[in-house]
Amino acid sequence: MPLLSIKNLSIEFPGRYETDYAVEGVSFDLEPGEILGLVGESGAGKSTIGNGIVQLLSPPGRVSKGDIYLNDTKISTFTDKEILKVRGSRVGFIFQDPMTSLNPLFTVENQLVETITTNLGAAPKEASRIAVDLLDQVGIPDPEVRIKQFPHQFSGGMRQRVVIAIALAGEPELLIADEPTTALDVSVQDQILSLIRKLCHERKVGCLLVTHDMGVISSVTDRVAVMYMGRLVEIGTTKQVLTQPQHDYTKSLISAVPRANIKIDRFPLVEYIETTEKGLKHIDVSNHWLGEGLRHAHSEALLEINDLNLSFITQDALLAKNRKYLQATRDVSLVIKAGESFGLVGESGSGKSTIARMVAGLQQPDSGSIRFDGVELVNNPDRAAVQQARRQMQMVFQNPYSSLNGRMKVNDIIAEPMRFHKLAPPQDVLQIVGDLLDHVGLGRQMGRRYPHEFSGGQRQRISIARALASRPRLLICDEPTSALDVSVQAQILNLLKDLQDELGLTMLFISHDLPVIRQMCDRVAIMRHGRILETAETETFFEHPQNEYSIELLDLMPRFDRIYENEAVTQPKQ
Amino acid sequence: MNTMASPWQRLRESDLVHYYKRDKVAIAASTIFLILALMALFSPVIAPFDPYDLTQIDLMDSEMPPAWQEGADQRFLLGTDDQGRDLWSTILYGMRVSLLIGICAVLLQAAIGIVIGLVSGYVGGRVDNILMRIADVQLSFSTLMVAIIVLAIVKNAFGGETYSNYAMLILILVIGIAEWPQIARTVRSSVLAEKEKEYVDAAVVMGFGTIRIMFKHILPNCLSPIFVIATVQIANAIITEAALSFLGLGMPVTEPSLGSLISIGKEYLYSGSWWITLIPGLFLVVIVIAINLMGDFLRDVFNPRLYKD
Repeated sequence: MPLLSIKNLSIEFPGRYETDYAVEGVSFDLEPGEILGLVGESGAGKSTIGNGIVQLLSPPGRVSKGDIYLNDTKISTFTDKEILKVRGSRVGFIFQDPMTSLNPLFTVENQLVETITTNLGAAPKEASRIAVDLLDQVGIPDPEVRIKQFPHQFSGGMRQRVVIAIALAGEPELLIADEPTTALDVSVQDQILSLIRKLCHERKVGCLLVTHDMGVISSVTDRVAVMYMGRLVEIGTTKQVLTQPQHDYTKSLISAVPRANIKIDRFPLVEYIETTEKGLKHIDVSNHWLGEGLRHAHSEALLEINDLNLSFITQDALLAKNRKYLQATRDVSLVIKAGESFGLVGESGSGKSTIARMVAGLQQPDSGSIRFDGVELVNNPDRAAVQQARRQMQMVFQNPYSSLNGRMKVNDIIAEPMRFHKLAPPQDVLQIVGDLLDHVGLGRQMGRRYPHEFSGGQRQRISIARALASRPRLLICDEPTSALDVSVQAQILNLLKDLQDELGLTMLFISHDLPVIRQMCDRVAIMRHGRILETAETETFFEHPQNEYSIELLDLMPRFDRIYENEAVTQPKQ
Repeated sequence: MNTMASPWQRLRESDLVHYYKRDKVAIAASTIFLILALMALFSPVIAPFDPYDLTQIDLMDSEMPPAWQEGADQRFLLGTDDQGRDLWSTILYGMRVSLLIGICAVLLQAAIGIVIGLVSGYVGGRVDNILMRIADVQLSFSTLMVAIIVLAIVKNAFGGETYSNYAMLILILVIGIAEWPQIARTVRSSVLAEKEKEYVDAAVVMGFGTIRIMFKHILPNCLSPIFVIATVQIANAIITEAALSFLGLGMPVTEPSLGSLISIGKEYLYSGSWWITLIPGLFLVVIVIAINLMGDFLRDVFNPRLYKD
């Protein structure tokens, strides 16, 4: 008898223009003690299922069809009052962001005891004892002491453990984990996943794990259900789905995940999700405006950075000696050769984006030098030369939703740099903009629309076209795909590779994602606390890392190829 | 969506129109406002008399009650004031004066406020500090107090005659200048939010000038809150003008605004001529409420987080 049984479930969101079917005709079963991964890209309806089970859909969403059975009780027709008894005591929830899912005004004990007394009806003393026990089980050291503390005294990973403890406090039969590790660092992610796995197997709790991350799926789930546009396209054991996908979408999705272990030329088979317009005219770069003057006499080093320092004031004071600083970069030096693609990796806060911003002129360094094609950019009195050099470096930003001016049409966005810098005769500008739109796979007729009419991936294409409109030689890509779904990421990375090949672009590629770096870069530098620890050829770096930190990072990298086997339940690392 | 959507089509499909059609209060408020505004605009055509034309005024007609009252003269729909002017015509002309002062004062506020807010928010640092402290100082004086002082000085310095000739201009200047910090603060706060967005960085990287970035890229993205506050400010300006006129510092008796009419009438309240005060007062209240309701509606549409159900 399955623990959770979902039969032909449909969930709809009646909207202004039409009803949006978030989930359509989904059926699956979940056994006790089993972890079922629900994987899909944004908008696939995977979170909606999780919320729909316990009737937590945000209005106007509603279950329009189908039944949900929890241990043979039909819970989909429960009233608000009845479902209250299911939430917490029979179904536990783990949310994505541990920073906001705990109440900052109460101690961990308050929050745990409240859940226990409400759901188990235990006396407060008894509840406290159970709470300490729970914290111990989720691997929080010194539970007697830490239980008296407030959420802000815990780190992100520890908070997520507290959230898990609260989810388990009502002794639920089913656990719904909605992207439980997405907000956490790679190293913490591993610990939390092991913990969820261990607890589910020990307590015979079924777990529905909602995630977009194939790495998480492969390392923790027993079975996987793949969602696409509200439908369940494939379900099977993790090994089977990951190694022998049956549905075209699953194949496409798996092929789009950047491999950490091998460098491939292009991502194959990624056209399933967001097909680019067919029959677009591809420009012949050699006799087009875009290719004009492109083959410069290449100097060996296009960008040279020497001893670059920048610190931010974190606490201002009247007297200079009382001010506190954060050293964002310390004595950073690197050389990027013309035509290569150079990767800059590091955790958040390591200073990699700051370097990009200084190169692009968005931030002034305290000291050091940046030379582009022989022109010094820092404190150079010859402003015309600096302007000229700056025009030749363009940037592609992280967030496609905020990097385009929403009040301008796409044509105007792309044409603006050309018109402003008078790079092309005015009568040719629109023709060139159309060519650029064709070239990045959008189609020239899209130019009359506004940015909000496009998806994230399409916007990133517009962003790239805008950068190309200045005819840059250096393209700075600051986490260009980290806000995108994996299949769209693969398409954008393909596009960037193609452009680099055709135009001989030099690229500074910034990412926290090691597999992406491996696919995109020729050389790589690893950063931590504002310093460059190691610079190496990409292959050398991944195969024979020299630095201790690099070794650690590579070890923690989510490996798609390590599929978790049910028998091999490992103890969580502390 | 249609690629060739015309601006008119885009407007019809926009959220603004969508929510407007479903908001009865907004429809009622804007309809009333539109009717009053049109009446004010076409007052020379609509009004049976010209209250500015002394030859049409007869003192013998003074303090006539509205047409439905006993002892009324059917020529005067809403009665007459103390000088024998037709109240209906005077209200129409007065509404025109009130609205003109309100709108022009807000345009002036917006011009000052937008420039200062943009510079303050975008340049930041010391410039921001100085400009915002000036705004704080300006706000710490009540608008009415500033206006009373300035108007009293002007009136004494140039004499009542000159003042009467330029009263409208002076009122617009005073109200416009006294209230700019409201708009400047609103603009500054949206600029602070907008300038962190990457499209601004993108514009900097492409080498555009500061002025171009401020006015072409940031300003268009800050327009919604400006519309909201400007609407509310029009109502405020109309009230301020009415208050000043009531105190005898606003529009002269020969060119009365709604405020001056109320002021004229207050002396005759106890002699039974309630209509001189009450009727212009009602018009003032209706205009101000209509504008404020429209402002509320705009705020709800542009601020979806505040939008209920």
